[in-house]
Amino acid sequence: MSVGILALQGDIQEHSAVLLRLGVRPVEVRLPKHLAEVNRLIIPGGESTTIGRLLALYDLVEPIRARAGHDLAIWGTCAGAILLARTILDAKQGGQPVLELMDMAVRRNAYGSQLDSFEQPLAMPVLGEIPLPGVFIRAPQIETIGPAVTALATLPSGAIVAAQQGRLLATTFHPELTSDDRVHRYFLEL
Amino acid sequence: METSTWTTKVGLAQMLKGGVIMDVVTPEQARIAEEAGAVAVMALERVPADIRAQGGVARMSDPELISAIKAAVTIPVMAKARIGHFVEAQVIEALGIDYIDESEVLTPADEEHHINKHKFKIPFVCGCRNLGEALRRIAEGAAMLRTKGEAGTGNVVEAVRHFRTVQGDIRRLQSMDEDELFTAAKNLQAPYELVKQVAELGKLPVVNFAAGGIATPADAALMMQLGVEGVFVGSGIFKSGDPARRARAIVEATTHYNDPEIIAKVSRGLGEPMVGINIDQIPAEQLMAKRGW
Repeated sequence: MSVGILALQGDIQEHSAVLLRLGVRPVEVRLPKHLAEVNRLIIPGGESTTIGRLLALYDLVEPIRARAGHDLAIWGTCAGAILLARTILDAKQGGQPVLELMDMAVRRNAYGSQLDSFEQPLAMPVLGEIPLPGVFIRAPQIETIGPAVTALATLPSGAIVAAQQGRLLATTFHPELTSDDRVHRYFLEL
Repeated sequence: METSTWTTKVGLAQMLKGGVIMDVVTPEQARIAEEAGAVAVMALERVPADIRAQGGVARMSDPELISAIKAAVTIPVMAKARIGHFVEAQVIEALGIDYIDESEVLTPADEEHHINKHKFKIPFVCGCRNLGEALRRIAEGAAMLRTKGEAGTGNVVEAVRHFRTVQGDIRRLQSMDEDELFTAAKNLQAPYELVKQVAELGKLPVVNFAAGGIATPADAALMMQLGVEGVFVGSGIFKSGDPARRARAIVEATTHYNDPEIIAKVSRGLGEPMVGINIDQIPAEQLMAKRGW
């Protein structure tokens, strides 16, 4: 099994460090030839407009879409969750390239500016009873989900912050910035 | 729920890694930068090359301009405050901007003290030329660093010098035994706890970008190969012949910094780069990197 991290921009090293601790040596995916080597792909946190633009420019959108959910499991954190969504709210003026894989609508930067970035423990029942440390940085919010998508975690306000559609996983927070590796282990079993 | 924690302050810088932060002076330029793939923009009234040419006291930009740039884009927006000018920083925080650059490009407001950045909810990025300066800024609360380079010159030599100096300082710490770190902290004029942390980690405890003099895709890739985590491009884009194209090329070269074929491809036919300045032709008192301590 080969695990890739989309390495166009963002907190690639942070995801890589968690995987290395778990004994997995990730492949950095920048071009279609790298994608062909992996059957799991993490889309890191970063700027969704930047990552989306480079995805389109380097011909990665179609190869990812063709395999997503079948022989390619994908987990998007924050910007990655935006890229996975079928509908993006508050997109860049003129629109932005996305993968449109999960039946959900995601609002970018839903909590305000950087001054509204926050930490909050959250319950994610599939990972057990111990709350997960939630780090939200200019975070998006999953506003609506379709019938194929399951909400895995919500904030006390009811906002969905983790969702799954088969072998596709989205979190609006950053487990890779914490020492809790349960979401990484969950993804490696997906 | 806790907002503006150290983790979220450092975390935003982590999300910018591998990206290009571009200086812009109008909302239109901000949109060009966003369209080209910038991870953030720095809202300014004058780019460093113009500050250098026009002289006079350089201050925080008009809040109206900063807010107009903020409204024009969906990516993070940074703004510059003068070194030590904590009220300019308070104003930028009140505008709801995402990051403050306490910058030597502006005229310092205090020649002894930098801003106590722990007092703010908004995160700060600061410049450094060596490890001691980097760790002093972190001790004051900077959540991100950039090597200073020499802004507004289009000459990458100082950016290279400052980054190599920081890296060399770190490697020397790593070769010391723990007894020697106390004296190293004294010599670096930096807090012992941070010196010890860097010796253990082998790197700075916050994200470090390059800035000051980056003008071409190859310049950006050079800094990335040396080991910086992203780049600031100031005058290099909007003082060139075809800003949109150069901006796109620098973004691509920053991502594919280890792929010379891609760097060659994106470097073709970019038009005129900004006119560069040789550092030894700048009068000593006009060197911006010497501001800050």
